[in-house]
Amino acid sequence: MRLRRRLADLAMTGLCALAVGVALVPLASLLWLVVSRGLPGLTPAFLLGRPAPVGDPGGGVGNGIVGTFLMVGLASLLAVPIGVGAGIFLAEEGDGPLGRAIRFVAEVLACVPSIVLGIVAYAVVVIPMGHFSAIAGAVAMALLMVPPLARATEEFVRLVPGTLREASLALGVPAWRTSLRVVVRTALGGITTAMLLAVARAAGETAPLLFTSLNNQYWNLRPDLPTASLTVQIFNFAISPYESWHAQAWSGALALLLLVGVLNLLARFAARDRLGGGSR
Amino acid sequence: MSAAPQASPTATKISVERLDAWYGATHAVRGVSLEIPDRAVTALIGPSGCGKSTFLRCLNRMHELLPSARAEGRVLLDGEDLLSGEVDPVDLRRRVGMVFQRPNPFPTLSIRDNVIAGFKLNGMRGGRAETVERCLRQAALWDEVKDRLGASPLSLSGGQQQRLCIARALAVEPEVLLMDEPASALDPIATARLEELIHELKERYTIVLVTHNLQQAARTSDQTAFFYMGELAEAGRTEQIFTNPRERRTEDYVTGKFG
Amino acid sequence: MAASLARLPTAAPSPRRSRRAGDRLWSVGLVAAGGAILLVAGLVILVLGRAAAPAFHALGVGRFLAGQDWDPVSGAFGALPFIYGTLVTSAVAILVALPVAVGLSLFLAEMGPPRLRPPVAFAIETLASIPSVIYGLWGLFVLVPWVRTTVEPLLGRLLGWLPLFTGPRIGLGYLSAGLILAVMILPTIAAVTQEVLRSIPPALKEGALALGATRWEMIRIAVLPTARAGILGATLLGLGRALGETMAVTMVIGNAPEIHASLFAAGYSLPAVIANEFAEATSPLHLSALAALALVLLGVTLVLNSAARVLVLLTSRRLGEAS
Ligand SMILES: Nc1ncnc2c1ncn2[C@@H]1O[C@H](COP(=O)(O)OP(=O)(O)OP(=O)(O)O)[C@@H](O)[C@H]1O
Ligand SMILES: [Mg+2]
Repeated sequence: MRLRRRLADLAMTGLCALAVGVALVPLASLLWLVVSRGLPGLTPAFLLGRPAPVGDPGGGVGNGIVGTFLMVGLASLLAVPIGVGAGIFLAEEGDGPLGRAIRFVAEVLACVPSIVLGIVAYAVVVIPMGHFSAIAGAVAMALLMVPPLARATEEFVRLVPGTLREASLALGVPAWRTSLRVVVRTALGGITTAMLLAVARAAGETAPLLFTSLNNQYWNLRPDLPTASLTVQIFNFAISPYESWHAQAWSGALALLLLVGVLNLLARFAARDRLGGGSR
Repeated sequence: MSAAPQASPTATKISVERLDAWYGATHAVRGVSLEIPDRAVTALIGPSGCGKSTFLRCLNRMHELLPSARAEGRVLLDGEDLLSGEVDPVDLRRRVGMVFQRPNPFPTLSIRDNVIAGFKLNGMRGGRAETVERCLRQAALWDEVKDRLGASPLSLSGGQQQRLCIARALAVEPEVLLMDEPASALDPIATARLEELIHELKERYTIVLVTHNLQQAARTSDQTAFFYMGELAEAGRTEQIFTNPRERRTEDYVTGKFG
Repeated sequence: MAASLARLPTAAPSPRRSRRAGDRLWSVGLVAAGGAILLVAGLVILVLGRAAAPAFHALGVGRFLAGQDWDPVSGAFGALPFIYGTLVTSAVAILVALPVAVGLSLFLAEMGPPRLRPPVAFAIETLASIPSVIYGLWGLFVLVPWVRTTVEPLLGRLLGWLPLFTGPRIGLGYLSAGLILAVMILPTIAAVTQEVLRSIPPALKEGALALGATRWEMIRIAVLPTARAGILGATLLGLGRALGETMAVTMVIGNAPEIHASLFAAGYSLPAVIANEFAEATSPLHLSALAALALVLLGVTLVLNSAARVLVLLTSRRLGEAS
């Protein structure tokens, strides 16, 4: 009897340990393959070039990287003021009915699938403009970034001790400057983390771009034109029937993984050295 | 209110007349009248929750920052009623500075910038090196930090941080300094330094000091006001309050029978 | 000039006025930012509702949702293959991911050495941050071949008498899509489960141990029953993620608007068809039908997420009362 209980305990512990292993296998496999298959093709020419026609040697994702940066930048211009502003509002004045409603809606919006938000961007930007564009992609990304930004900003602003605000007000600093230069400034490490995480997520997004920014074989910096993006290029390379494009898909994936990885590391770093950030 | 405010040896800086303050339905300060003399230390004592902090925060209108808080009565600073609509609280707070119970330097600013935060945060110039040195000297902190003005204030000890907060309050050149239990987070040595500092500062500033430490009140103040359940039970020259109180409650309190 | 200025009636000095204006501007800005979130939510509903209305009108809600044929060229728009594919792949994902996530969480929280926690937590977070198009790439070139050559033959041999595991073994299909979703939702389920486990009061566990229970018995008696609702909530949150996941599924599900009992068969999902056809849809009805699919997706996701949140909340509230 005692032996059986011991054995059951041992068996279950073993199974749970196995679960840890099982969870880590796909990660290891994925990272290994992206690195091993992507690294050979990850040349400067690949990072700086634009796609070549099938059969031609060379070709790269440079225009896609530029497009991703362009759209992420535009999206941040839209999303950061709204997301951070809403977060500050929720933290400082968000205890009333309006605040509760906004908090609830932000939470709901955060779980809306990105492809659905893509349709919204399509309706709001693509249809009025009459064609696909970088700005449409950026709007889709911004819709995606705002809710998590707002929630995270609220959390970090709430961590700022009320005594700092009082200290500032008692020095004769007006409320808005106190808010901005003391409260938000103190929470800035955390807010930066939230921004970097949102940017990383937006940079890795593909689905809503398929029918907002579409794609572009050429270099483009104009927000009103269709734009290549790293993710859409990876997708197109991957589903193509050509071996050489598959190789480019892996290299593109490695580039994207590095970009997202760096953003995530920066986010951790930003959270570490500032007040309030370390608690997450 | 039962005790008439004692005539003070010097001119009156702040004259409080029948002040009432509420938090929602809580009536925290009840009809308090008190004359606060210029260039002297007024100590506020009394059991916990008796309204000392609330009273103090009415003097620079920090009380009204809570959404449900409200104050009525008259607070005359040099004869001008602070609670009337005429006075802008932001301007007022530059004239009436405050030091808090726990040191609260701005963690994102250097020691130097903390001193001149009143200018910096307001986007004003005027925070010059001379100001920094003068205020740090006044706060008796200069020698300890003069070599690391660019460092974070969090690298200072609690007592040093509190003196930094005093320097910060002095930099905007207030006329009055409100201190709410400024020594409660400090060790005895830091407390002694702080008391010395208060003694020096009263040459130039009107100081209102909330303290739970009766010896501290006796050592540092010229006038003492004893609060009890939101009311001003008794106010008078410090010596008189501690040696010869008129009120029974005051006597019980200063002799340690309660509170 | 100076004289005319002096005659102006404004008594207030200008710094004070600009301060007031600053205060007002700042709070108006904050309210506007917050209001923008409400606006976006309204926009989502308005846009989808208006875009989907023609399809529901022309096809009828019931016929649209239950229709099994999807052929834009001939104007047949039935949503069932996509709804079916979404549900089946999500179900596979949950069945695979849930035991792994719970086992992993129990090991980390209750069994294994504490110093294992940070690296594994980091790995799981990394898993969560990988873009889905990379999952799709990996799925297409690694998972699908493995499923075709290893998993499907094995399942066919062992469980081939079930209709679930019959038919040609092509790799692309419900099974691969479900498996890749399992990997993708694992971090969500694991993270929430660990949070729930951490919120269990130690006294509960110590009570069981004091009665002479082994560690596993302690988990069975004290931990799992307490955490049940919370784990269910975690599962629903994972499910919500699985339903809306687009790229990885698109790349491995086979993209065939059909309904098959066998998990080996190619199918389609709601987000996948939107991703593939929205940019190229030409007829207004086709666009509208895709928007209607998005509306269905949105509805299901919102219901699931609300349920999940309520469950997690209930657990922690109950635990809060207990301790
Ligand atoms: N923010 C607040 N909201 C509601 N009531 C409050 C608030 N702050 C203080 N009060 C109430 O007002 C009364 C006076 O409080 P106050 O802080 O002025 O007391 P105090 O004399 O400073 O006490 P202590 O010596 O403990 O600091 C108390 O009954 C207290 O409960
Ligand atoms: Mg107090």
